[in-house]
Amino acid sequence: MKEQLPALLIVVPLVTALLSPLVAYFSTRLLRGLHLTALATSFACAVGTLIHALTEGTWHYRFGDWAPPWGIEYVIDPLSGVMAVLISLISVLVLLYAGPFLAEEGWLKKGIYYALYTLLTTGLLGMVITGDVFNLYVFLEISSLAAYALIASGGYKATVAAFRYVLIGTIGASLYLLGVGYLYAVTGSLNMADLAEKLQPLLAANSQAVLIAVLLIMVGMGIKMALFPLHGWLPDAYTYTSPAAIPFISGVMTKVMIYVLLRYCFFIFGAMNGVLPAVLEIVGWLAAAGIILASVMAIAQTDFRRMLAYSSVAQIGYIALGMAIGNYYGLIGAVLHILNHAVMKSCLFLVAGGVKWKTGEHAIAKYAEISRRMPVTMGVFLLGALSMIGIPPTAGFFSKWYLILGALDNQQWLYIVVIIVSSLLNAVYFFRVIEQAYLRKAEGEAKPEETLASVEIAIKNRGPELPYVMLVPIVVLGAGILLLGVCNNVIVTNILHYALPGGGL
Amino acid sequence: MQEFFTSYFIYWVIFLLFLLGPYGIIFKNNLIKKLMAMNVMQVAVILFFLVLGQKMGGEIPVEVPGLLGAGHYINPLPHALMLTAIVVSLATTGVSLALLLLVQKHYGVLEEDELLRRMNER
Repeated sequence: MKEQLPALLIVVPLVTALLSPLVAYFSTRLLRGLHLTALATSFACAVGTLIHALTEGTWHYRFGDWAPPWGIEYVIDPLSGVMAVLISLISVLVLLYAGPFLAEEGWLKKGIYYALYTLLTTGLLGMVITGDVFNLYVFLEISSLAAYALIASGGYKATVAAFRYVLIGTIGASLYLLGVGYLYAVTGSLNMADLAEKLQPLLAANSQAVLIAVLLIMVGMGIKMALFPLHGWLPDAYTYTSPAAIPFISGVMTKVMIYVLLRYCFFIFGAMNGVLPAVLEIVGWLAAAGIILASVMAIAQTDFRRMLAYSSVAQIGYIALGMAIGNYYGLIGAVLHILNHAVMKSCLFLVAGGVKWKTGEHAIAKYAEISRRMPVTMGVFLLGALSMIGIPPTAGFFSKWYLILGALDNQQWLYIVVIIVSSLLNAVYFFRVIEQAYLRKAEGEAKPEETLASVEIAIKNRGPELPYVMLVPIVVLGAGILLLGVCNNVIVTNILHYALPGGGL
Repeated sequence: MQEFFTSYFIYWVIFLLFLLGPYGIIFKNNLIKKLMAMNVMQVAVILFFLVLGQKMGGEIPVEVPGLLGAGHYINPLPHALMLTAIVVSLATTGVSLALLLLVQKHYGVLEEDELLRRMNER
């Protein structure tokens, strides 16, 4: 059984997703239990594979025992192991949280929601553990298609946003596929390890075809991960989506795309090779510009979710910046920030969804006195906000710290200035919300602008806090923020150190 | 000239087809036209892969008595890959059409500028 873990990691959620509408027809309760079990199994498999990768070295799993480079192999090194654990953990937590949002839907809608959600998880898990570039494209499309449909579930504005995302996302995926075509034309291989071996001499010799492939893949993935200025699809998609899906999509999906870019740049192309340093430098400049501009945009937002969406664009910039810095500390910072930001952003979107569930509101101006009604939720929000700003001992501080160390080593002073200035900007927009939630008194008068729907929701969901199924994921992720911060040294030396190219330089 | 047509010409065609996609998506106002532009772009990528597998005078790679050397057959791998890509393209089209149906039902329009205007009203 143990030697099949990498396959089970994918197969269990995939089969569950396909069964889901059928199961939903008979019992929605069973459906929920089944999906939680499947994702928890996936999580257990991910932990198992990560431990294996750390103790016994990279795990090569051959599908159907076809030897690579002809067969498809799954490769789990510490980096993909960490990503798989992260994806499956957040996936389980958000699914647990999603229950109350779906309580009033019919069996068909529930079945479809669960199927899409689990397919999205399958796709993302597949992307991180596959060792084949075309297989990666297939998983990319599985996850993207599921995400389009999930985003569209948030209402009519979300449908328009989802359609826009389909168009832009497909451009990204097509560019990626075209890049893979060039790589295949040049090397005749689709296996990552084999490609790395054959490509690096070509890249060093400045082969034009490989150069085009590099650019196509970089731009394609840049669109998918919403690297500034290719982030146009993201704010609308994140703002209007159903709160049952967005914490997972926002926390994990763009991070997986960055992981793919990291895999290409540092494991397949080789970061110091041929044209790559120049390309990474451009990525760094774009990231720096994106960090500042998106933070400024976030300050201008009045909708909490839209603010978080712009802040996502900025945070993705940090990770890209870490890749552009490219030395040991820079990469540690980038990978650590992938983890941190996935946990922080999921957590904050969970809080946003919780407030929406409670009061029917998303506008920051409506957050007055909310801390008194939901003390635990807003406490976790405070933690998440401090972490986004980067105040020790929360997680966000340490990844920024590593990024700054890396930039210092390379003497890239501008990047340091960008990181510090953007932390101040983060402080500006998060303190606005904190002020509303903790210090501002709610107006006692009747509020004519309050819609009937939100009043109904507020009456229906009365009570001191969120229900436990929603509260537990929020608290767990909040604890995760602290844990990632306090234990960052342990995580870096024991796991991330081995996750870097060359197994820790 | 003939050499150009037999060697690089097809790549230029694919290049133009591919660029039609982003062009249509950015500059066309009608959402269905945008979707069609997206499809054209996907077809361009599929064509690109198929051309990679092509060979002058190559035969279909099926197992028959009296096999010739590998040089006589076209490369089947790109075709196999593109079967998957075609399915992906089909699924993307299906999802987008479903989304457009919803948009049309609710807003009653598929022209982007008009749609944005109506979205801001409600």
